[in-house]
Amino acid sequence: MSIVPQPLTQFPWRVLLLLLAIATFGTLVLYSAAGGSIFPWAVNQGVRFCIFSGMALFLSRVPLEIFNRFAFPAYGAVLVALVLVELIGGVAGGSQRWINLGFMQLQPSEFMKPIIVLAVAKFYAMLPVGEIRRWNAIWPALVLIGFPFMLVLVQPDLGTATMIAAGGVTVMFLAGLPLRLFIGTGLTGAALVPIAFSFLHDYQKNRVLIFMDPESDPLGAGYHISQSKIAIGSGGLWGKGFLQGTQSHLDYLPEGHTDFVFATMAEEWGLLGGTLLIVAFLLLFRWGIRVSMRTPDKFARLTSAGLTTTIFFYVAINLMMVMGLAPVVGIPLPFMSYGGSSMLTVMLCVGIIMSIDRSTKRRANPGNWA
Amino acid sequence: MTFINSKRKIVTEATQTFTFSRRAMVVGGLQGAIGAMLIGRMAWISVAENEKYSLLSESNRVNLTLIPPRRGWILDRHGKPLANNRTDFRVDLIPQRVVDGEATIGHLAKLLSLEPDEVDRIREELDKSAGFRPVQIADKLTYDQYAAISVRLPDLPGVAPSQGFSRYYPAGATVGHLLGYVGPATAEEYKARKDPLLITPGFKVGKDGLEKAFDRHLTGKPGAKRVEVTARGKIVRELTTRPDTPGRQVRLTIDAGLQEYAGRRLATQSGSVVVIDCANGDVLAMASMPSYDPNSFSDGISHLEYEMLSKDDHVPLRNKTLQGLYPPGSTVKPMVGLALLEAGISPQDTINCPGAIRVGNTLFHCHKRRGHGSLNLRGAIAQSCDIYFYQMAQRVGMDRIASMARRVGMGQKFDLPFPSQSYGTVPDPAWKERKYKQSWQVYDTVNATIGQGYMLINPLQMAVMAARLATGKQLMPNFLLGAKRPAPAPVGVSEEHLVIIRDAMSAVVNGGGTGGAARMNVPGVLIAGKTGTAQVRRITMAERAGGVRGNASLAFKLRDHALFQGFAPFDNPRYAVACIIEHGGHMIRNEDAPMIASDTMSFLFEPEKAMEKLETLEKGWGGPPAERQARQMAAFRLAKAIEKGQAPPPVADNASNAVAANSAAPAAPAPADDANDAPPPPGSNAAGAP
Repeated sequence: MSIVPQPLTQFPWRVLLLLLAIATFGTLVLYSAAGGSIFPWAVNQGVRFCIFSGMALFLSRVPLEIFNRFAFPAYGAVLVALVLVELIGGVAGGSQRWINLGFMQLQPSEFMKPIIVLAVAKFYAMLPVGEIRRWNAIWPALVLIGFPFMLVLVQPDLGTATMIAAGGVTVMFLAGLPLRLFIGTGLTGAALVPIAFSFLHDYQKNRVLIFMDPESDPLGAGYHISQSKIAIGSGGLWGKGFLQGTQSHLDYLPEGHTDFVFATMAEEWGLLGGTLLIVAFLLLFRWGIRVSMRTPDKFARLTSAGLTTTIFFYVAINLMMVMGLAPVVGIPLPFMSYGGSSMLTVMLCVGIIMSIDRSTKRRANPGNWA
Repeated sequence: MTFINSKRKIVTEATQTFTFSRRAMVVGGLQGAIGAMLIGRMAWISVAENEKYSLLSESNRVNLTLIPPRRGWILDRHGKPLANNRTDFRVDLIPQRVVDGEATIGHLAKLLSLEPDEVDRIREELDKSAGFRPVQIADKLTYDQYAAISVRLPDLPGVAPSQGFSRYYPAGATVGHLLGYVGPATAEEYKARKDPLLITPGFKVGKDGLEKAFDRHLTGKPGAKRVEVTARGKIVRELTTRPDTPGRQVRLTIDAGLQEYAGRRLATQSGSVVVIDCANGDVLAMASMPSYDPNSFSDGISHLEYEMLSKDDHVPLRNKTLQGLYPPGSTVKPMVGLALLEAGISPQDTINCPGAIRVGNTLFHCHKRRGHGSLNLRGAIAQSCDIYFYQMAQRVGMDRIASMARRVGMGQKFDLPFPSQSYGTVPDPAWKERKYKQSWQVYDTVNATIGQGYMLINPLQMAVMAARLATGKQLMPNFLLGAKRPAPAPVGVSEEHLVIIRDAMSAVVNGGGTGGAARMNVPGVLIAGKTGTAQVRRITMAERAGGVRGNASLAFKLRDHALFQGFAPFDNPRYAVACIIEHGGHMIRNEDAPMIASDTMSFLFEPEKAMEKLETLEKGWGGPPAERQARQMAAFRLAKAIEKGQAPPPVADNASNAVAANSAAPAAPAPADDANDAPPPPGSNAAGAP
């Protein structure tokens, strides 16, 4: 028994400090992106981080059983919302991703990212152990993933759809489906790519080619990636210095405070800042994976690892995009990009993982939980 | 049902947990691997390719702009500027960067309150422009206008305000044809030279006249400015500036005062005056009026102003001194006289002038119907008797006359710094055979001796002729002060003959001859000269029978040209002058060639007195040329507006104006001040009224 009171030692200090460090860094970058002003972005982002941290801490106190019980109803509700968005969007005559609730705009596809993980995890938790290598273990999960994937894809929002599918498939992989299924699918997909490419329209091919070589169209579709690479590349090892970035301050870098915030950061902090940030994210993922490996509960471990992977996809897709390794899809960088909904989603994930961590610890030494 | 051979492996809770742990480690490992790959990728971009991207970032950030060099001044012989530069705030449009041309032009038109014809010009130039060539919106802006545009730059892509220098011609229109004007380089010029300076806003090249001839000499070396710019082209700050090197100056033989005087003295006529220094052939003045104002040409002329200039029957767009060709008329008579003397005709030989003689089948008339009676050479030149020359020329033949004509500079092309020059014709039998495959006829000689027929001359050549008659030397016209030239060759006539001709020419002016109007009121200086009238239409026998029609009753284009050539002082010539008034018809004495030439000449001897006379005369003509042109422009603009129905036609009298006003009154609510005078409208509360 240490002299520090029990609730304080149980408090997830380490992960909170890690998040605080990342978010503080993000806020600093936004301060610079606004030309050395806390308005309009840095102050909002800071306030949001405090609110959502509070929300995550609250979620960490919610018993795991609640998430378990509400996984399917929540999935159903978000799916309905996605259909509604599609209908309203169809009426409005354009692509629409949100429902206006009056006081806020609800973007259901954003919620689908963590909830697909919960739903698929719940399904595999319910599945009897012996069924895991049977057809019955596969098709319900595919249906669970397929509906929201298609709905989001037609919005159209390729980035979010990809993340939903990837989150669900990751849980399928973790649940123990035969490995050759994944390898086989992967190989078939790779073989189909050239065939699919030949079926594309010329302008679509062109887009793919521009992604492969953004400098071939520096003023058009390749502009974002070109400018982003210039920002990162000109930062060098140590960066140009805080508030000294020219690409961002002179508006050459588009979306320098949202999707391309990493480039804004890299220009001023260089490879050093970028490495530190990536390492910090890796520490966060390591924490999530370790939580999942510690917990004995099937639903909990699938959820924890799945949600960790969801956060990972945010980071990986965004960074690949800004470094010219992936096409430009609107996936923000968690805690760094200005914007509320991505932070909300990521904090939901973090909160649920914290809750799992807490229940694991409680189970390990039950006497501590009053 | 099973989809695969699943019985091979028995799955239990324990194995599943083990599988999960293993796979979770795989996932975690993959995440770490991808993280490491991202760091590697970033290191590649930011370290290995750092140099490349740093360069790209710099070329994004830094914009190198050329500073157009100040153009060298053009000075007159006394060092007075004929063309200099003024500090200028200006705005250009870079067509390439313009997003919405129409909206941008509209916005600018409102900010700068541009005239509609200016807006039309901008729109047209924007359409025609090849993308890289700047289109001038306006210059000579006030600082406030310049600032107003500068602060709105982010909303006006493609608009480039700048502070620079613009060409200024203090003498305005009077130097128009002499100096030419400057303007932005054309797309062809840029394609030919590929010099980025040519597409720098504010940079101008010489387009005509001496500005064009001396363009390279006048163009300096551009400066450069490195500025930090945003993606939208807004300048954040200046980094470094290298100043420009101004172009070299050109010093002309022109006398600025005389040039301006000559231009103004041409009055409302379409004509030209050339003055040459008899000492060395320096051109002291070469005026052609009316002319465009090179100041407004250099700013980019509006469509409307150009239309007005090109429709004017006084042809302000043509440099008459070099491109105008006229039959020299009687001004060739002193030259022909010299040829007669050379051929051995005695100055005392007389001819009886009966008013007309028959040559072949045609009756040739003297300008004096009743004839001059008996005349010798001096009298024939003084009275400009045609019959004397008809007769004498037939005796000596055309070849001798043509030879003399060429020696005094007729038909000669001079090496001048002007892009184009028309140099006239001296006809002779060989020429006619070559050109028309016809043999020379006696009537051709007769026509040529009085400067009609095939004979043509331009005003500069006429001044050269006057100078050569005055000096007996083959002077060559020259525009560059102090230019090295070989000594002029002699005309090849005896001084004795020249004295006779100069004396006869003095008699034209001072001895009761045809040029009395050219008498100069300068003590001790007598002007010698020769008048001329060049017919531009054929007078038929029928018209001659009923009396030749006066010039005043003819259309402008059918009136005779009026000419004068001469020099002063007659006994020791210092300056030579030539003046041609197109379609002048000798109608107004003080706007006729002799008096214009002599007044211009008198400016060289007594400038104050000459100026005084000019200012008095100008009051009668409606002020100096700039004032008259402004008035003409306003009238033309109004006429155009009426044509398009944008303005009401002027009403004949005040009564109809009043009617229009009255008929409009009931419809419009009466202003409060007027209400006192008007009866209260029915239904209104009129209790307060007495």
